[in-house]
Amino acid sequence: MLFRRLPILGFPPRAWTTPGRAFLLAGSGIVVLAWPLLAWAHEETGQAAGFLAGMLHPVSGLDHVLAMVAVGFWGAQLGAPALWMLPVAFPMVMAVGGMLGLMGILLPGVELGIAVSAVALGAMVLGEVKAPLGAAAALVGFFAIFHGHAHGTELPDGTSGLYYSIGFVTATGLLHAAGIGFGMIHSRPRGPAILRAAGGLVLLGGLYFLWRVMA
Amino acid sequence: MRAALRLPVGITRARGEVATSRLAPAAFLTALLVPGRADAHLVNTGFGPFYDGISHLFVTAPDLLVVAALALLAGLRGHATARGTLLAVIIAWGLGGFAGLLTAPAVVWTAITTGSFLLLGALLAADRELPVGVVIGLGALVGLIHGFLNGAESAAAGIGFVGLVGSLAAVAVLATLISAAAVSLAEGSTRVAVRVAGSWIAAIGILMLGWLFRPGA
Repeated sequence: MLFRRLPILGFPPRAWTTPGRAFLLAGSGIVVLAWPLLAWAHEETGQAAGFLAGMLHPVSGLDHVLAMVAVGFWGAQLGAPALWMLPVAFPMVMAVGGMLGLMGILLPGVELGIAVSAVALGAMVLGEVKAPLGAAAALVGFFAIFHGHAHGTELPDGTSGLYYSIGFVTATGLLHAAGIGFGMIHSRPRGPAILRAAGGLVLLGGLYFLWRVMA
Repeated sequence: MRAALRLPVGITRARGEVATSRLAPAAFLTALLVPGRADAHLVNTGFGPFYDGISHLFVTAPDLLVVAALALLAGLRGHATARGTLLAVIIAWGLGGFAGLLTAPAVVWTAITTGSFLLLGALLAADRELPVGVVIGLGALVGLIHGFLNGAESAAAGIGFVGLVGSLAAVAVLATLISAAAVSLAEGSTRVAVRVAGSWIAAIGILMLGWLFRPGA
């Protein structure tokens, strides 16, 4: 009713009820809707898909999750400076593995390395092994290469590499943070025993994945 | 004419007089809502070029990572370094942006922008004592590079000088806020959180290198 009473942009309202003009206006609307938009060069696509794919990839496989949280558990058992050294070192070394995967450089035994990482890190947590900082960083860094390589080779087509990387690094870091957060129970009265039990579960999970790889 | 009217609209003439009176303005209003063009990774806020420039920073991940890494690095080195670096990056970003706006080259320096946030992230994660001049110099260098690209993109997107001023304002505000937070976090265990953020930024840069040099890229 508003259009009947008020002239809009100079059009007499009654004119729109004229069949010919109405058809012309409706047709022009459809033409405008169907008009191709200008396509600009280097228009980016796939950012949201890339970010989500990167965020989901580390949490989509339980073998990755077990190893990531075990790094946090072990860091909490070792205390400072390993508590922060491992989460700083792991993403950077893992990214080197991811870079190799993206560049198509083959790495033998990736799935085996991932399964063994869960076994080894679970064993370290279960045994509450007080390894020297250098040895702990070297062990974690070694396994990080395999995890990174798997993430790098499994980048979905059509997604943004940058946003995939942001999501992937963020998710990995958050898994470490979850492990460290849970590992804070180490300072509680029965915390060390609970943490060692959690390490045992990681070890069992790792053995299951190792059996699947070997079978 | 009656047949032509019935086919596209799908109504009888008796009802058509009422229905077309609604359809025509609806089509007209729909036409007004159709976006005119899709700009190159530049957000059309609808508020004009200044706000388009502001939003450009927040949707351009390399710029965002560089500003965050540089501000955190400067903040960890204390008040004096943070103030000097802020000044350097804002001036350099403006000068570089103006040069990019004037020359408007159609370049995409992904490897260089990736290298800049990779370097800053690695320095942040390492947390080494860097001379004040080095941090300020790094700020000026990345400001020139990223500002130049921002200026070129502003020219290409048609938001010009005002858009560049918008992105410069966003850089200034964001860098100030982040470096101020980093100065307050520089003591104690919270410094570790800043270093972890640096390792994440460096890791993203390393992965991007792999992406850039992947087969078929």
